[in-house]
Amino acid sequence: MTHGARAWLALIRPGDWLVMGGGLLLAGYSVLVLARAGVPDGAEIRARGNVVARLKLDRPQTVEVEGPLGMTRIEIQPGRARVAADPGPRQYCVRQGWLSRAGAVAICAPNQVTLALTGGRVAYDSLNY
Amino acid sequence: MTRSTIELRATPEDIRVARHGAAAIALTVAEAAIPLPLPGVKPGLGNIITLVVLARWGWREAAWVALLRVVAGSLLLGQFLAPGFFLSLTGGVLSLIVLALARHLPARWFGPVSQSILAAIAHISGQILVARLWLVPHDGIFYLVPVFALAAVVFGTVNGLVAARILAGVDAPGAGGAGQGEGPGASSGSVGDSRKGARWRVGLLR
Repeated sequence: MTHGARAWLALIRPGDWLVMGGGLLLAGYSVLVLARAGVPDGAEIRARGNVVARLKLDRPQTVEVEGPLGMTRIEIQPGRARVAADPGPRQYCVRQGWLSRAGAVAICAPNQVTLALTGGRVAYDSLNY
Repeated sequence: MTRSTIELRATPEDIRVARHGAAAIALTVAEAAIPLPLPGVKPGLGNIITLVVLARWGWREAAWVALLRVVAGSLLLGQFLAPGFFLSLTGGVLSLIVLALARHLPARWFGPVSQSILAAIAHISGQILVARLWLVPHDGIFYLVPVFALAAVVFGTVNGLVAARILAGVDAPGAGGAGQGEGPGASSGSVGDSRKGARWRVGLLR
């Protein structure tokens, strides 16, 4: 440490370190809160508008849901979920890939199946299509 | 020419406020030239002056200097009444409120660095609040909180240190002399450093 740096350090009083530490804690805490807000705690699967399954995102599993066009296969993994296969013509919900944030929704409109991640602070509360 | 019937007499306090305000405004304008990655995150160098005035002349004058800086600084930068102006104004008012409380902290333990950090945190809180309520009415703005909080601590510390350095130089006995007695732990820094300190002192003290 140079002599000049020590002169600067001498200007910091004991409580100043406390305030600095407190400020850094605040910044760290806000990161934690924000990170937790986006973590989903479950997946909700609907077919024809009715909830057919509410699943925890704790272990890998595959769920098949019947719709007017056929079977939609939903794959769950710890912390994320996706529509793995769908009989719809345009495959939008499949191409959406893995959903990993609370409030994320994949909609397979032709087969009337939706997959939504629940939990935390949901970024929006309704969608119209 | 007829003599003006209105006579404005500037008190020594007025002159001090004007001088400190000018220094703060100059710093604000100079700082606007620094490119920064995020709107709303800036060092706030003008607050160094606010801290110095707060310590030496009290809260009332500090408030004058801070608000003059916000208004005149935004006029100079063409930001007057633009969204950025209201962000600065809210932040400025909130940090002045916090400073009014923080200056009563025991001086043995808490110095300008504490005041600076607390004021900076109050400033970003006000900014984010106004931005959330008015400019970006969406919770997504809260994702910037960690960045703002970190910037407040870093810039608050730096500004507080500079203010403490100026105050140490000003209050030390014989400080009027060139580069002497920079307060506790001084007699340091390069020649350029102490010369700069002296210039600061001249500018702020006269």
